[in-house]
Order: sequence, then structure tokens, then C-alpha cells
Amino acid sequence: MTDISQPGPPSRVAAIARRIATEGATLVVTLLGLLLMTFLIGRVVPIDPVLSIVGERATAEQYDAVRLALGLDEPLWKQFAIYVGDALQGDLGQSIRTREPVLEEIARYFPATLELATLATLFGVLVGVPAGVLAATRPGTLADQVVRVVGLMGYSMPVFWLGLIGLLVFYGMLGWVGGPGRLDSAYQMLFEFEVTQYTGMILIDTALNGRWDMFANAFSHIVLPAGLLGYVSMAYISRMTRSFMMNELGQEYITTARVKGMPEWRVVWVHAMRNVLVPLITVIALSYAYLLEGSVLTETIFAWPGLGSYITNALFAADMPAVLGGTVVVGAVFVALNMLSDILYRVVDPRAR
Amino acid sequence: MTLLSVQNLRVTFETENGPVEAVRGVSFSLGRERLGIVGESGSGKTMTGRALLRLIRPPGRIEADAMIFDGQDLMQASERQMRGLRGRRIAMVMQDPKFSLNPVMTVGAQLTEGLRQRDRLGWDDARKRALAALEAVQIRDADRVMAAYPHELSGGMGQRVMIAMMLIPEPDLLIADEPTSALDVTVQAEVLSILDGLVRDRGMGLIFISHDLRLVARFCDRVLVMYKGRVVEELAAADLMAARHPYTRGLLNCLPRIGGARGPLPGLDRSGDWAE
Repeated sequence: MTDISQPGPPSRVAAIARRIATEGATLVVTLLGLLLMTFLIGRVVPIDPVLSIVGERATAEQYDAVRLALGLDEPLWKQFAIYVGDALQGDLGQSIRTREPVLEEIARYFPATLELATLATLFGVLVGVPAGVLAATRPGTLADQVVRVVGLMGYSMPVFWLGLIGLLVFYGMLGWVGGPGRLDSAYQMLFEFEVTQYTGMILIDTALNGRWDMFANAFSHIVLPAGLLGYVSMAYISRMTRSFMMNELGQEYITTARVKGMPEWRVVWVHAMRNVLVPLITVIALSYAYLLEGSVLTETIFAWPGLGSYITNALFAADMPAVLGGTVVVGAVFVALNMLSDILYRVVDPRAR
Repeated sequence: MTLLSVQNLRVTFETENGPVEAVRGVSFSLGRERLGIVGESGSGKTMTGRALLRLIRPPGRIEADAMIFDGQDLMQASERQMRGLRGRRIAMVMQDPKFSLNPVMTVGAQLTEGLRQRDRLGWDDARKRALAALEAVQIRDADRVMAAYPHELSGGMGQRVMIAMMLIPEPDLLIADEPTSALDVTVQAEVLSILDGLVRDRGMGLIFISHDLRLVARFCDRVLVMYKGRVVEELAAADLMAARHPYTRGLLNCLPRIGGARGPLPGLDRSGDWAE
């Protein structure tokens, strides 16, 4: 017989439950704050939502009818409550340009950005981390200088310029890569009709459908913009890795590992790297989040139908529901990535558990 | 029998303001005995200890006429040969377990690492040896400690783990670099008696680096007194309190005494020829 009122064993479960509850509460507050911001921006901008729907030649009756339909006669707090309620049900309003639900449109545009950002981050990590470690273990040598200069170039050269030059050289002159867009136009239609779209990410969908010809074409299109964004992200990641690694290599536990006779690769990649990972995870998550917001310039140059160009086009058309809906999604992605990096942080650092 | 003989050891650091000599021509020899190295901060005692393992990183540089350990000149040894000696035959215990244990690896992983990587032991065998080593340093709940992370251990516990880890391969020479300075006085005594017992039982050579003269006098057989990278005096530990050298005398004079006069302690008089 177990007595419920008896104090249980020093409760790890309770601690975890408490942590999840705290995290959950933080998440709710953050998202509410995000919605409040977009809601207020929507009210503050001098764009009359009614007018932008009915047009300038509408009669007063038409105007009032739409105004009532949008709930704009309600008090502000009630409007906000409705806005939050709608957002929770996945309703971010209707685009004024296309009359389509904003969320559906974003669901079409976001996978393009997700695909690009993920590939770029992958490149940034796979090249940036080893480069940073190489530089940190051989400070002052040629390798260190090369990593530094290449990184500095990634920082300081404007992305749109690199993109144009890249297109000119690798697409225009050499013909090694595909041009702007996600696919050749011939494949574009085929993709719409012949491929089951599970994710909206072309590389993944074509692979799942076994359409390797289309996969290769999509890859030739994404490799340049992804390489470009990846280069910028690599510049940042390698620099941070270098400084984190140098810091760890100066620690006393590194001497301990060497005293134990561990080979240098193990000292660096096991002992130091596990400690470098702790701050590095945050760096990688932040640079990933930054790319997921959709890099407007890159998406414009490469005619990439992603979130960045969606929001920008909406902004130019004064399509406030689309702009604010996009902002909510970007914000939610940011919050989600932050949570993910918090969780990973606890996995790699026992002191944070 | 001589275990280690060091002749004219120098450790130099290249800096922007020219070379700085941390150790300037230290010579000594060591059998299976307990040698204390004392001196104030910056006297070069830690650098001497690390130079023996050839663990001075660039821009630091080690030079010596000879550094012979058990018939092998460490100055001529390849990096690979040095790795074979480190841990297995020469080990070192550092000052503060808070920094000298890897914070993100469990104690068990760190204890068994050498056995598994260096000696290619399986996990079970390595674990058994590690548990035995923890018992040898009088840790009772060895299973729990194996699963713990360093930050979950007290300082004394951490230092015992460190000692256990370094003694697992049964080295011939142990360098203990201020092994008790970061610990509470009561814990200090425990850790010292553990170290004392292990060194005695296994007949290791011990280099005990400390700034605590009384401790060294009690604990060691022989003492080197270092100042500014040089050995200024070498004497039997029993004679330490009766040392003649002005620097050693100076150090002794600034030790406070329980029940002694409460005036300000005298500073060091560095006017002699030795203090150049």
C-alpha cells in the first residue's frame, strides 16, 4: 500500500515537471507579447484596413459593413482577444492582395526559406567549426591567417554583391549552376503536377518521390544561394569557434587530459569540443534563426520565393495582414529555435540541468 | 637509485618584450623519495613540474642539458614517446579540482578514459579498476561518484578523484602541484594522509610543490627552495626550520605563529647577493 501523502523520493520528476511548467509559461507570455506587438503595429500604422479592402470608391454603407465585419467597432481589448483567438486557431487573417488566408500563403513560401537556411547553416557548421578549430590549435600560423581573412571577407562583403558576382561567374560564364528560381522552368510545372509534396522543400520532396533528375536540378539552383548564405554563416561560426576553442584550450582540465597521455586530437575534439559546444549551440541557433527570417537581398537576387521576399512584397503593397502574419511566423520560429537551443544546452552542459 | 635527474633546466617564454625566463638552470635528482619544492608565487616551481612532463605550450620553451627519467632522456624523447610516459609512468595532480576535471564529463568517464583509450581495456574492466581506485582514496559510495559530474563533488572529493585518476596506472613518479592549497584545512589533512599512504605503499617518487613550508617540512624527505627560477637552497626536510639561507630564513620569518606576537609580520629582505 502506498500512501499518497507520503513525501516521495527526492523528486527528479517534480523538478523536471516544474521546469517544463516554467518554460511553458515563458513560452505563452513570449508569444502573447509577440501578438500584442503585431496587433498594436497593425492599429498604429496609418493604413485604414477597411479602406484597403473596399477601395476608395466604396459607399459609406459598404465601408461600415466591412468595418463591422472586421470587428473594428469593438473596444480595443476585445479586438485583441479576437485576434489572439483567431491566431491560436491558425487564422492570421486574409491577404489584401490575393484574398487568400495569410497562413496558407506562408505555408507555401516558408519551405523555400527553410530549405535554403538549413542547407546554408549545414554548410556553415560543417566548414566553420573545423576551420575555427584549425585556427585555434595553430594560432598565428598560415592556416590561422587564411581562416581569419576568409572569415573577414564573409563579414565585410555585401551579400547582394557576392550574389550578383556569383551568378555572373558560375551561372552566366561557367554554367556550373542553375540560375535564379528553385527549378528550371521546364521542371517547375512537372514539380507541381508529378511530385507529391510532403514538405514543400523541393530537395526532400523529389528525393521522397525518387525523382533524382529533378533533385539534381533543384540542387544546382540552391547550391549558389545556399553556399553564399552559408559562407556568411561560416565566417561567423568559424570566428566564434576559434575564440571559444582558444579559451577552452587554456583551461586546466586540458592539461589534465594531456597529463593522462591522451593524444592531441582527443584533447581537442573530445575534451575541449564538448565544452566549446555549450556556447557554440547558441551561436549556431542564432545564425540559423537569422537565416530563417528570410534574407531579403539574397531571395531577391536569386528570385527565391521565400519568406523574406513574401514579407517584402506584402510591405510594398501595404498588405498589412500579410506583413503582420509573416512577422508572427518569424517571431514564432525565433522563439521555437531559442527553446530548442535551451534544451540542447542542457543536454551538453550538466551544470545547467 | 636515481629515478629522475635534471640538469640545468630552463623554461623561457617568448613575449613581445623579449624572452622571460621562468626557470633558470635548475638541477636536482630524485630517487623513490618525497622531494618538496617550495618558493613564493612566480618562483618557477609549477613551471619546473610541468617541464618534467614537457607540457609547456608555445610560446614557452624548455631547455635542459639532460632530463633523465629511468634511463631515458626526456629532452630527446619524441612527442609519441612522451605520451606513452605521461599518465602511465609520470602523473601529476593539480591544484584545484574545480578546474582540473572536465566539467562536462562524468567522473566515471574521466577515470576510465586512460584505461580504455591508452590501455585498450573494455568498459567493465576499466570500471572495476576505477572503482578500486576510488576505494583506495577512501571514497565509500564509489558508484554514485562515478556517475556524478565534477560540479556535484566537494573540493576534497574532487581532489581524491583526481588522485585516484592519476594513480590508476601506478606511475613511478607523481608530481603534486599544490594538491591541497584549494582545500579546507580539515580536508587538507585527509587528502594528505591518503597521498602519503599511497606513495609509501607503492614506493613512488613524489615531487610535492607547495608554498606551505611547514607542510613540506612535515611531509617530505628533502626540500628544494626556489626563488626567481633558481634553486637557492637544498636541504633535508627535517632541517628546514633551521635553514641558513637568508631567503629561506625570510620565508620562515613571515610565518605567523599561534600564540605568537601579534605585530605585523616582517617582509622579505631581498638585499642579499642571491636576490639578483
